[in-house]
Amino acid sequence: MNMIELQGVHKQFDGVHAVNGISLVVQEGEVLGLFGHNGAGKTTTMKLILGLLKPSSGTISVMGESPAENNKVIKRSLGYLPENVSFYPQLTGREVLYYFGKLKGVSKKQCDLLIERVGLGHACLRKVKTYSKGMKQRLGLAQALLGEPRLLLLDEPTGGLDPVATVDFYQVVDELKHKGCAVVLCSHVLPGVEKHISKAAILGKGCLVAYGALDELRDQARLPIRLNATFSQGRDQQFSVMESAIKSAQGDQPHFQVKKVNAQSIECAVSSENKLSVLKQLSAHDHLTDMEMHMPSLEQIYLHFNQSLFSSDERLKNTSTEGLRSH
Amino acid sequence: MNSKFFHSLYLVSVVAEKEFKDGVRNRWVVAITLMFSLLSIGLSYFGAAASGMVGFTSISTTVVSLASLAVFIIPLIALMLSFDAIVGEDESGTLLLLMTYPLSRLQLLLGKFLGHGAIMAVATVLGFGSAALVIAVFSPLTAVSDVVEHFSLFIVSAILLGWVFVALAYCVSAWVSEKSKAAGIVLVIWMLFVVVFDLALLALLVGYEGRLDERVVSTIILFNPADAFRLLNLMGFDGRQVASGVLSVAGGAKVGIMGLMSILFAWVVVPFLISYRLFLKRVV
Repeated sequence: MNMIELQGVHKQFDGVHAVNGISLVVQEGEVLGLFGHNGAGKTTTMKLILGLLKPSSGTISVMGESPAENNKVIKRSLGYLPENVSFYPQLTGREVLYYFGKLKGVSKKQCDLLIERVGLGHACLRKVKTYSKGMKQRLGLAQALLGEPRLLLLDEPTGGLDPVATVDFYQVVDELKHKGCAVVLCSHVLPGVEKHISKAAILGKGCLVAYGALDELRDQARLPIRLNATFSQGRDQQFSVMESAIKSAQGDQPHFQVKKVNAQSIECAVSSENKLSVLKQLSAHDHLTDMEMHMPSLEQIYLHFNQSLFSSDERLKNTSTEGLRSH
Repeated sequence: MNSKFFHSLYLVSVVAEKEFKDGVRNRWVVAITLMFSLLSIGLSYFGAAASGMVGFTSISTTVVSLASLAVFIIPLIALMLSFDAIVGEDESGTLLLLMTYPLSRLQLLLGKFLGHGAIMAVATVLGFGSAALVIAVFSPLTAVSDVVEHFSLFIVSAILLGWVFVALAYCVSAWVSEKSKAAGIVLVIWMLFVVVFDLALLALLVGYEGRLDERVVSTIILFNPADAFRLLNLMGFDGRQVASGVLSVAGGAKVGIMGLMSILFAWVVVPFLISYRLFLKRVV
């Protein structure tokens, strides 16, 4: 079943085209990663799915219904973690969760279980104003999990979480995925997300620049795979041999090159279709002692699709203003 | 249908309970109660100090001077208590979250109003009620039945006055996008109703040198909940003797106590409905 279906969705706020013709589908048991630069339209997309905003044109269906603020069928089986939420500082963590639990018809017992599950058991009697960013984030997650949602929308869920908590968090996401819950995950922190998402949607300036499973995106981006080879004897003799081997395998494409790393090792970039033939040639070499292969990471894919979006001078402008801000 | 209705009421009560508990927790209830109580006991005991004596004065003087003080304080407290009801939740991000819950905007607003309304009501009853008790027990001049009669009218109208300004604060809170802006506008509203309105009316009277029809003035006065409240508490006594300022002209108002009560009540309902309209239009 399609939990979320967006078809040619546009959203304009007085003159600004925040979302520009987005179409995507999320099914049960799927985790969609929603990525994009600041102001790319991620939060607007989330709000459209939540029914807090109405699309200017296009159709949205959530769990087979049209999302609207008064659609309680959707709201009962939906969990949401906003990007910035400071809850009620004067209440304890447990009181906050009880309050939201009551509004969603969840028993206190269930709330207590959730508090334990997100690892807030030791702090649940303390006031929220004493919480660190990470603890607030855990409380937010517990709140989103109230009532066993079938659809979970998480905006920057790992912001402020330490590495252990991040691992815990993704464990929860994986569990939900196996139970058939659909998850939309919005994040700036790209490393670590890769393993847990079924598809990625990269937004830029309100448009969907790339959308699909990671393998599909890798193919689309045609980013080289990096191979590091280390040899027991002097690198230079091997180098020219390797260079000609790779050139013969994939033609003389400029960015698939061989580079010298140090006295013993060389690095070469190969396209995914030539990966195997180059690997075979390398492994046939007598002096080869070690070899590493790096697939293009989500980060590289993300950067690739964003590069096509901004012209080079615009990127310069961005970095120079950021430089100013940091000084 | 029926169970849906009860569930809806339950959600309203959940919000109301939280608001009320917040009020108890951050000492609003205690502070307002103490203030009302000390104010009324002080006024009734020292009220006659100007004429050279100390001791409990007559119940009419006490209630009338109490009313003219309460008309400044109650609106201010009600506005301060509730000006951030919506804009505050919006700024902390919880409004966005609440909107994704199976809770309608009306349920949220109504729950908040019941909570804040209860805070005002409890503080008013406890504060002025305790003062009435002290006066009834210790004042030799006044009969207990008089105290009960005048104070119950005073307390009921004071509660209504508080609710009026809670509803007015909601209008501001649902309308503006920043808390600090709401605080400023709320102060302006207080000035308008409590100070400027009477001054403007006096200026009008003086400007027209008495040629203005008394009935016109007494009708205009009804457009101000603060004046309606004062008038209401003068009526219990022979109004013309104790009335001062603009109100001395308003003796001609033939609306009666129940009429004034309904005016105050309308001043609760209409601003609340307006605040609901504004809240519906608000983009979260």
